[in-house]
Amino acid sequence: MTAVTANAVSLSWYEASARQRIDALLDAGSFSEFIGPELREISPHLSIFDLPEQFDDGIVVGRGRLDGAPVLVAAQEGRFMGGAFGEVHGAKLAGLLRAARALKHDVLILFDTGGVRLQEANAGELAIAEIMRAVVEARRAGVNVVGLIGGRAGCYGGGSLIAGTCSRLIISEQGRLSVSGPEVIETNQGIEEFDSRDRALVWRTMGGKHRYLIGGVDMFVDDEALAFRQAAIDALKAGKRCDVAVLEAEQARLKRRLQRFGEAEDAVEIWRTLGIGNPSDVPALPTAAFLRAANDRENADGAR
Amino acid sequence: MALDDILASLFPNGRKIDRSGEMIAGRAVLPDGGPVHVLGIIGGEPLGVDEAIVLASRVIDIVKSGDRAPILFLVDSASQRMSKRDELLGLSEYLSHLAKALLLAEAEGHRTVGLLYGGSAAGAFIATALATGTLVALPGAHPAVMDLPSMARVTKLPIDVLKAKAEATSVFAPGLDNMVLTGGVHAVWDDSAPLAPQLAAVLQRSQGRDDRSRRGTERGGRRKAAEIADRVVALAAHREPLHG
Repeated sequence: MTAVTANAVSLSWYEASARQRIDALLDAGSFSEFIGPELREISPHLSIFDLPEQFDDGIVVGRGRLDGAPVLVAAQEGRFMGGAFGEVHGAKLAGLLRAARALKHDVLILFDTGGVRLQEANAGELAIAEIMRAVVEARRAGVNVVGLIGGRAGCYGGGSLIAGTCSRLIISEQGRLSVSGPEVIETNQGIEEFDSRDRALVWRTMGGKHRYLIGGVDMFVDDEALAFRQAAIDALKAGKRCDVAVLEAEQARLKRRLQRFGEAEDAVEIWRTLGIGNPSDVPALPTAAFLRAANDRENADGAR
Repeated sequence: MALDDILASLFPNGRKIDRSGEMIAGRAVLPDGGPVHVLGIIGGEPLGVDEAIVLASRVIDIVKSGDRAPILFLVDSASQRMSKRDELLGLSEYLSHLAKALLLAEAEGHRTVGLLYGGSAAGAFIATALATGTLVALPGAHPAVMDLPSMARVTKLPIDVLKAKAEATSVFAPGLDNMVLTGGVHAVWDDSAPLAPQLAAVLQRSQGRDDRSRRGTERGGRRKAAEIADRVVALAAHREPLHG
């Protein structure tokens, strides 16, 4: 037996491509892809809009090993169509999750998505629903499904709903997790409701630090592939089935959040309520200091 | 059809359904005398954190009751609520929580049937109608991911061009017909006939696997999804090649 080794090169998760992320996350040389780009399974719909296709339709799925254990993995490519879910893209992930249930192998989903691909909106929307059902069915069979969020496109729209079905979530400061994107809120509700060009507002409302502080995610890591790898190894040890007890605990957790923070006008108010001394400083804190400040955060242990 | 007429046609043998804001909840009697739980989001309003937590709580209570009675979930909503407050509070978790509660109910032996009788869009559609085991619709229902004018803005295509493209494919444009062709809606009911027997017929269907992509293939609206997913399952099932 050979020793388990990671690809020990420093790599920004945010800057990396989907394939680079998989290579850095899994044990060195362990990944093999299903329906790779050489098969050219492209979107059958983008040509209607005179848009270029990509041979993997913006998602890489396959099997590999993480710290020696077999895992199934999917990585979205945020640089192609914003990582959005189209028919082929979504079907690859749905199939991977059904396989996970049958094989009892844990799954890692590397989110990098703006949500549903509008040029194939109905197919994308249905794929999201099918994936969510497949995640729940896999979890009920004892499979862990861990989501990693830290890519350029964030984790928006239907992607954020899939994330909400995962057993554990890992995020970096650069990760954003939200249903409606800043531009969508501004377009629909006006700039008084949300100024999408106010980047500080976007980060503190949807960014990794805020999501970690309110218990929307479980682990906060540096924007480093090796940090994501270590967190993923830990996350697979702590997964929970999706049963009545977990959903009851989640119900109590989400209800408590509304009671505690439901009147807050801004994230800084929430952070102050959490007992953070200088809440305005949170966005500037480096990881170690942030994690210390986050000591009294809300968490979702056993309630996701 | 108006909600009161729908409920009267569905449950001539009796019902007790309360309305609270834009939500309904209660119980009714099926043609065979058995009980059915009734829930819904009504009035064409958005689904936000405050509504999702109430609806999820109802579903979890039903599952805890252990009665295994079916759940009918009526839907006439807008999209998810697009507000700073909802996103600040983590709307994605609330919508997922509701969807998980419905998926859990189905897995725990409650048949879950969605009845789309009005609008629904985007995150609200995914968290409610699309999280039920079987989704049916009434004529006039109008599901959407995004309306065509907004889609025109995002895709930077003139609306006339989008309308012309929508004639050629069911894959992107809003509307019930397209959601039927792509397999999301199992059947459209006949609103000129009593609804009670049509619900009973849906409840007769055997409970089982997610067959939406297969339906999309059969109806020609989604030709690739089922095949691609099946191929991934088959490839994953192959034994890993032995190293060294």
